Amino acid sequence: MNIMPFPKPRRLGKVNVPTVTLAHGGGGKAMKDLIDDVFVSAFDNGTLAPLEDQARIDLADVAAQGDRLAFTTDSFVVDPVVFPGGDIGKLAVCGTVNDLAVGGARPLYLSCAAIIEEGVSLDLLRRIAGSMAEAARDAGVGIVTGDTKVVHRGACDKLFLTTTGVGVIREGRVLGAHLARPGDAVLVNGLLGDHGAAILGARGDMALETPIESDCAALHGLIDALLAAAPGTRALRDATRGGLATVLNEIADASETEIEIDETTTPIREEVKGFCEILGLDPLYLANEGKIAAIVPPDEADAALAAMQSHPLGAAARIIGTVKDGERGRVTMRTVFGGRRIVDMLVGEQLPRIC
Amino acid sequence: MKYIDEFRDREKAAALVKEIEALVAEIPMAKERPIHIMEVCGGHTHSIFRYGIEGMLPEVIELVHGPGCPVCVLPMGRVDDCVAIAERPGVIFTTFGDAMRVPGSKKSLMQAKADGADIRMVYSPMDALEIARKNPEREVVFFGLGFETTMPSTALTILQAEHEGIANFSVFCNHITIVPMLKAILESPDLNIDAFIGPGHVSMVIGTAPYDFIASFYKKPMVVSGFEPLDVLQSIWMVLKQIKEGRAEIENQYARVVPDDGNSAAQDAVEKVYELRDFFEWRGLGSIDHSGVKLREGYAHCDAELKFALPNLQVADPAACQCGAVLKGVIKPWQCALFGTACTPETPLGALMVSSEGSCAAYYQYGGVKAQAGAA
Repeated sequence: MNIMPFPKPRRLGKVNVPTVTLAHGGGGKAMKDLIDDVFVSAFDNGTLAPLEDQARIDLADVAAQGDRLAFTTDSFVVDPVVFPGGDIGKLAVCGTVNDLAVGGARPLYLSCAAIIEEGVSLDLLRRIAGSMAEAARDAGVGIVTGDTKVVHRGACDKLFLTTTGVGVIREGRVLGAHLARPGDAVLVNGLLGDHGAAILGARGDMALETPIESDCAALHGLIDALLAAAPGTRALRDATRGGLATVLNEIADASETEIEIDETTTPIREEVKGFCEILGLDPLYLANEGKIAAIVPPDEADAALAAMQSHPLGAAARIIGTVKDGERGRVTMRTVFGGRRIVDMLVGEQLPRIC
Repeated sequence: MKYIDEFRDREKAAALVKEIEALVAEIPMAKERPIHIMEVCGGHTHSIFRYGIEGMLPEVIELVHGPGCPVCVLPMGRVDDCVAIAERPGVIFTTFGDAMRVPGSKKSLMQAKADGADIRMVYSPMDALEIARKNPEREVVFFGLGFETTMPSTALTILQAEHEGIANFSVFCNHITIVPMLKAILESPDLNIDAFIGPGHVSMVIGTAPYDFIASFYKKPMVVSGFEPLDVLQSIWMVLKQIKEGRAEIENQYARVVPDDGNSAAQDAVEKVYELRDFFEWRGLGSIDHSGVKLREGYAHCDAELKFALPNLQVADPAACQCGAVLKGVIKPWQCALFGTACTPETPLGALMVSSEGSCAAYYQYGGVKAQAGAA
């Protein structure tokens, strides 16, 4: 007797047209083909493959790795979607991995929701899904569930991605901006402002050619090394939108302390300084996608610095300042010139000055 | 950065501050009252805050941040005109970035953009012309803004548009001139300024001769200064030296960029394209005779003011605003009743709170550490 085996192994669908049309969002075969061709084939893992409406995760596996779940979400709308040093796919994975990692969590699973503008080329989508897959593999996380929508031309800008991440925090590990104490050291793991400058440069409306590449990277490995060397670390923040200035203000605010940084030790690439100089921007407010600010107790600062510097993503790490018992919530900077100024939160976006 | 870092050297700054302290000790007036030095230009204000220069100086030196930020002195009525042009169907309105947030009587350009107007930030009027080339079916308007610094680039763009026969490009001209404004300040009865730091970029175009009356008639020293922090410190030292020696002269600290005669090619372009207006409205200072320019009749086809019917209404500054008193150095920003309460960078009432070159925004955001302590 011939009994058909169940479940039948699925054959992955394939899209045979060069661009996405509204048909690919219609819920029928075209949509299934798009999801198979672009996402399932790239993400290739056993949890995603059955394409149920949800990923199912064994609780015992998760519980074995810690005592708290970390859960975060982030949307990515970067223009242009491909830029020097990465693309929106790599950014969407690294960004959410980092949001988990700065809480001390080990990143485990991601979801990926894609909103695609009709007319986007399949090649571009495949490239971006490929870099998501590569970044996820490097970070040791699985992209286990997702969603795809196609919208009319003009309703979104090529491609918007939302990734949600789940991770586990090891027992006893507690990090928080409110834990910063006077005397603590402030560290960064490298050169600041690369991502913001790379994106502004890549938009092309400045008519400036820059060799600057985005620093987009997953930082969980660096953070593991840092926390092993400096287990008393109080707080970590990734200095994304709003830059270093914004995260330091958040930390000063939450911990009711003053933070003072020194411009001479704050690492910024010459090209980024020049870029900002020409455009009238302040690199302290430029976005980073592979940089954290770490608040570390004074007796662990040297160990933390050494741990960062011996990691490939922390070679240019520096101690840039200290937490002080000064005016609550204020961030100041000793300028390279010897003066002192306040580094406040940005009000809106950074607008270039007229002259 | 080669040729820039040299002007930000901490040790040279410390040495210069010592020289300034020594000089101040020899000025008798400094024992009785503060010495008020006005930096006219917003670029200097920015450097002073960016590098924390104010806190490095002896207490007796008070810097007054003058009206040299073109964004800050833009009256509300003109912003309303911008919004009216930008909201016309078919128009692409182009502007420098920091003009986006200047409040009009109803909304800013930023709000108009959110409401659907096609408003684009550009870095140069030539970028606006490029947009016009690429969108021949649209009317592209450039918001011409600034002192003599930016006036020539707008003029050259108009000449280029004419040369290429680009008909869909026009300029909403709000360019202003520095000398009538300085005269207005020097004539104001509550004047409280001992010396001036003169603008570097403006002078690069017009030279130093137009300031002679400040020294010869009003007997005030002025030093035209560069924008790096050592430039500013050296210029402060130079005006103090004039005060100590009882001189009132126009000196040029920024000779590496500013020729005494200015830039004749830029002056020619300005002369060709613009003529003086009878008067122009300044936020906080009121109407000043001959302080603005408009396009000459020959360029009427590029003049957005003629091309579009504009509301062109004068809108009074909010009554409680003391922008004028701050601009003239009569009060410090934090002495204004609205500072930091009704008027903040999020919701600016007065224009001095808008641009990072505006003295109120600069105090509020970068904050002289010393000044904030004084405000508390």
